[in-house]
Amino acid sequence: MTVVVIGAGHGGVQVAASLRAEGHRGPVVLLDGQDHLPYHRPQLSKEFLGPGAGDPQLLRSASFFADQDIDLRLGTAVAALHPARRRVELRDGGAVDYTHLVLALGSSLRRLQVPGVELDGIAQLGSLTDAAALRARLDAARDVVVVGGGFLGLEIAAACADVGRAVTVVEPQARLLARAVAPPVSDAVRRAHEAAGTVLHVGTGVQRFLGRAGQVRRVVLSDGSEFPADLVVIAVGVVANSGIAEAAGLAVDDGVLVDPWLRTSVPDIFAVGDCVARPDRELGAPRRIECVQNAIDQARHVASSIAHGLGEPYGKVPWFWTHQFALRVQTVGLGFPDDDCVLVGDPDGDGFSVCRFRRGRLVAVESVNRPRDHMAARRLLSGGVLPVPAEVGSAGFDLKDHELATRGTA
Amino acid sequence: MPTLTFVLPDGTRRTLEGKAGLSVMEVAMAEDLPGIIAECGGNAMCATCHVYAGATDRLPPVSEVEDEMLDSTAAPRTPASRLSCQVQIADNWDGMTFDVPETQL
Ligand SMILES: Cc1cc2nc3c(=O)[nH]c(=O)nc-3n(C[C@H](O)[C@H](O)[C@H](O)COP(=O)(O)OP(=O)(O)OC[C@H]3O[C@@H](n4cnc5c(N)ncnc54)[C@H](O)[C@@H]3O)c2cc1C
Repeated sequence: MTVVVIGAGHGGVQVAASLRAEGHRGPVVLLDGQDHLPYHRPQLSKEFLGPGAGDPQLLRSASFFADQDIDLRLGTAVAALHPARRRVELRDGGAVDYTHLVLALGSSLRRLQVPGVELDGIAQLGSLTDAAALRARLDAARDVVVVGGGFLGLEIAAACADVGRAVTVVEPQARLLARAVAPPVSDAVRRAHEAAGTVLHVGTGVQRFLGRAGQVRRVVLSDGSEFPADLVVIAVGVVANSGIAEAAGLAVDDGVLVDPWLRTSVPDIFAVGDCVARPDRELGAPRRIECVQNAIDQARHVASSIAHGLGEPYGKVPWFWTHQFALRVQTVGLGFPDDDCVLVGDPDGDGFSVCRFRRGRLVAVESVNRPRDHMAARRLLSGGVLPVPAEVGSAGFDLKDHELATRGTA
Repeated sequence: MPTLTFVLPDGTRRTLEGKAGLSVMEVAMAEDLPGIIAECGGNAMCATCHVYAGATDRLPPVSEVEDEMLDSTAAPRTPASRLSCQVQIADNWDGMTFDVPETQL
């Protein structure tokens, strides 16, 4: 029984490792188009851009794959899937046959379509190669412009400000992190960037980049404002790497569609991580989740299904973190754009959390410098007794006290 | 070279060479020590690199963030509990031991 996993990122490596941990004895083939041993991505936009950062941390040591009898093939991009023949076709002309196939294809950075975007000095950050190139460029840069005020863009902006660059962030939405977090969290993040001297342009997009001798020199915004730039980083979201799945006839809608067991529309093909879209009835659209925890937990679930047969549907609550300046933002659960938000703690104080409610039910908690709240919220949202809005809003309410007091009574 | 001895749940001992400045987690991961997961890569975000330290007095103090995360480890917390990603190896360590818990998840 051969399991082929496409993509050796956070999800794919975990599928392979968990298959062995779960006792799967048959061949495990792990294919990836890039050449570097699999590494941790989150630090690329954080510590890795700072001074004295060494090599990236590997997901597993070099010897792990051989020791576990995992056939890791780097530099081996998959060109096409042939589900009817249970075969994947490699870009180099070869092919691998499978009994089970797992797609762990990840996502790619969205491109910005504006005049001048091809100028030298305009970069993106998605991989180790990108990060090494950006770090090298940063040394010579003075005016850095980050396009995109989401997690990735803001982490890059913070890292650049930390090494003394003049940083400008451009975000077309009305506030930073608009899609990801509630307004009080956006606001705390905004204040941290402003305190570091970063200039923020929200509610306006880039109209064009101007250059001289092929090198970017200025950024012009749709509202007419204009400023210098010798390094531009574009971080305007990601798109799922679902192309090979779609070409093979798998159901795709902004990501590879899966059922509650993470099975794609074709038998014996599973999908995990950033490339997955799951129908969300409440949202009325498929939802993609882009974080390490989601990739890893989905990978474990799929490995168990392959090794032991289908069990419970996948149901882990997603959590995510970001680090910018002295801010440690941690989120758990899935919010919706129009949730009711109740604050715990003081946004002007040491830290606070936002509890998001959907028709009175707690669905997500976003914490700024409150790991205590975050960890309690993780337990609560994974099957605890959920507090109601009035409780959370009452004086002296504490998520952890609530969790401890109600533990075991769900 | 500072040496670290990990004691696995089944009693097996593994002695590894550390380097000052690296975290205990980084040494464990580089050697594929079973039982240390470190999902978040060393950010004190996931609490899956929990260990029980043999000589807590020789270690750097527990920060507030680590303290909160330690409250959420899968195996029970004891006074010896640490997140191995938050413990930097020092030059004067020798024969430091760390017990690896039964579970991290
Ligand atoms: C700079 C950066 C910072 C981040 N910070 C955080 C953070 O702080 N916290 C957090 O939770 N998440 C963070 N993320 C997101 C997190 O890294 C992703 O959610 C996670 O990597 C998803 O895992 P995955 O396995 O789905 O995809 P990936 O880890 O991206 O792996 C996909 C792999 O598939 C390979 N592949 C794709 N197509 C093919 C093909 N046709 N043939 C062969 N191989 C193929 C790719 O080469 C790649 O190696 C960050 C991401 C980036 C880029």
